[in-house]
Amino acid sequence: MTIDRATALELYRVMRTIRSFEERSTQLFGENKIWGTIHSYAGEEAIAAGVCAHLRDDDWITSTHRGHGHCIAKGADLGKMFAELLGRETGYCRGRGGSMHIADTSKGNLGANGIVGGGIPIATGAALTAQQLGTDQLAVSFFGDGAANQGTFHESLNLAAIWKLPVIYVCENNQYAESLPVKRAFAVEDIAVRASGYGMPGLRVDGRDVRKVQEAAGEAVGRARSGKGPTLLVADSYRHEGHYYGDPRKYQSKDEIEGWRKRFDPIADARAWIVADRLAGEADLEAIDRGVAQEIDRAVAWAEQGPPASPIKLPEDVYAT
Amino acid sequence: MPPKTATTTEPRPGAGGQSSSTREMFYNEALNEALRLEMERDERVIVIGEDIAEHGGAFQVTAGLLDRFGPTRIRQTPISEIGIVGAAVGAALTGLRPIVELMYVDFSGLAMDQIVNQAAQNRFMFGGQARVPMVLRTQGGSGRGNAAQHSKSLEAWFAHVAGLKLVMPATPADAKGLLTAAIRDDNPVIFLEHKLLYRTKGAVPEGEHVVPLGQADIKREGTDLTIVTWSREVLFALEAAATLADQGIAAEVVDVRTLVPLDKAAILASVRKTHRVLVVHEAIKRGGYGAEIAAMIAEEAFDELDAPPKRLAGLDTPIPYAQHLEKSVVPQAGDIVAAAKELVG
Repeated sequence: MTIDRATALELYRVMRTIRSFEERSTQLFGENKIWGTIHSYAGEEAIAAGVCAHLRDDDWITSTHRGHGHCIAKGADLGKMFAELLGRETGYCRGRGGSMHIADTSKGNLGANGIVGGGIPIATGAALTAQQLGTDQLAVSFFGDGAANQGTFHESLNLAAIWKLPVIYVCENNQYAESLPVKRAFAVEDIAVRASGYGMPGLRVDGRDVRKVQEAAGEAVGRARSGKGPTLLVADSYRHEGHYYGDPRKYQSKDEIEGWRKRFDPIADARAWIVADRLAGEADLEAIDRGVAQEIDRAVAWAEQGPPASPIKLPEDVYAT
Repeated sequence: MPPKTATTTEPRPGAGGQSSSTREMFYNEALNEALRLEMERDERVIVIGEDIAEHGGAFQVTAGLLDRFGPTRIRQTPISEIGIVGAAVGAALTGLRPIVELMYVDFSGLAMDQIVNQAAQNRFMFGGQARVPMVLRTQGGSGRGNAAQHSKSLEAWFAHVAGLKLVMPATPADAKGLLTAAIRDDNPVIFLEHKLLYRTKGAVPEGEHVVPLGQADIKREGTDLTIVTWSREVLFALEAAATLADQGIAAEVVDVRTLVPLDKAAILASVRKTHRVLVVHEAIKRGGYGAEIAAMIAEEAFDELDAPPKRLAGLDTPIPYAQHLEKSVVPQAGDIVAAAKELVG
């Protein structure tokens, strides 16, 4: 596979931005500035970056409780994201949603979702809109290995297959459904084999390698845009952090966590192949890192200046008028 | 089993009708007409559900629509309740105005996450970024020997969820007018029909007919007590009111029509006139929506009451199968007469 310098650096920038966002969110949580809970996407950045590289602003995604990465890869404003986490009126959801419900409909992000598997039928419905109105838009549903065992997975993949909907189901297998390892949740080793039961292609990729994710997603996007229907894309990955901030991780050994973190880092990998393939030098990558760090600083500063979320107004906060 | 009462309620002046001429039709025909007119008016309106195509829907509400609008707008699905409702949520978020037909309200449990956690809350959770203009049509109620898994009245479930609207029409005219309003509403609307109302007949305004959500209707005027009710119990209440009139008691029948939003003003105005109120519903009494109405009246018009608000509702039991048992657990017209006399006496 070949990849040009501009694409490689953009994929790297998106992944670096996601990682830095998660690092700063974790820091803000530790400072008691973020209320509730957050779920870090660190380690899985290559999936959101590789898939969303193909998407237009008018394509749709549904995301998960671990949704910061999808949101960023779909082009969200970091300031509005931080403002939401900080409970500000200037946040994406005006402080009503928080981390688990960030949505950015202006970029086709139909929302993170606190219900495991909750976004799968919604993306299917978005694809139905595209088909019904005759547009070439498509929908991507990001979800985890845990959601692949929900009923919504089964019902939605079947509906999409019989109707040939332009939708891509991206299963991020990060090895754990909360605390349950995949080995104890699936009797098959390859989740992608389920696709054949619905009559759609199932692709399995190394979710550590953004190039491979991007290539596989490109194939799925091509199918969706040309009316050939849905694809199940399973990306093997690893969640660097616990299920949520503060997870004691009693279900994992320290050796496992440290070993996997080193072995499974899509950003470190990308740096290595970008340099080895002479697409860019270390200095270029460091410049990107600095730019991302500055962007994060600016975004947090902007978010912290935002006013607190305004009081709830009824009925207009709840009902469209 | 056909319903023992057929309504011939005329639409009242000012009740929302735009058309002066009317036509007698069945409740399911009135719903069908609303669907057809709205689908003709707006190509974003689609219907999605089980058995809705050639079969015309389990209660013939979508009969003939496949021929008129084709299989993509009358989109028949496999038996996948949460997949169907979730697809409608996604379609509504992205520009369509889907109408879901769930065959029985008893099946809504299979789809509840998409109704409660997604459709109802998306707008709020996203800080107002989203609209979810969808209608979930389904039917409930007892009276056909379908037993416990196909006969419940579950409106209280939906009334308790912030973000949903909730409609329960009793007459063919209201069925048409309220469904039209529900389809045009930019919020998720739960539209609960009653299986024994489908073959009741009434005068229905021709052409466009919109009954705004949130307006109760005084189905019969009276001065001695107010009967607040909805859905099939409206017919029983009217039958009871006729019997009571023969005995010198003038009952006013308030059909709330939409439970959310609730027309509190109309209910309170009637209570201020009659000073006695009986709330009647088919759903079981415990935790029922009648408690909400009774409490609202007690909070807002306590001084107007000459007697405590009274509830007459289903027994706290699943719906049994045998015909005589089935009738025994939900209020019949005679039960309303007895309760009203007790209240007035």
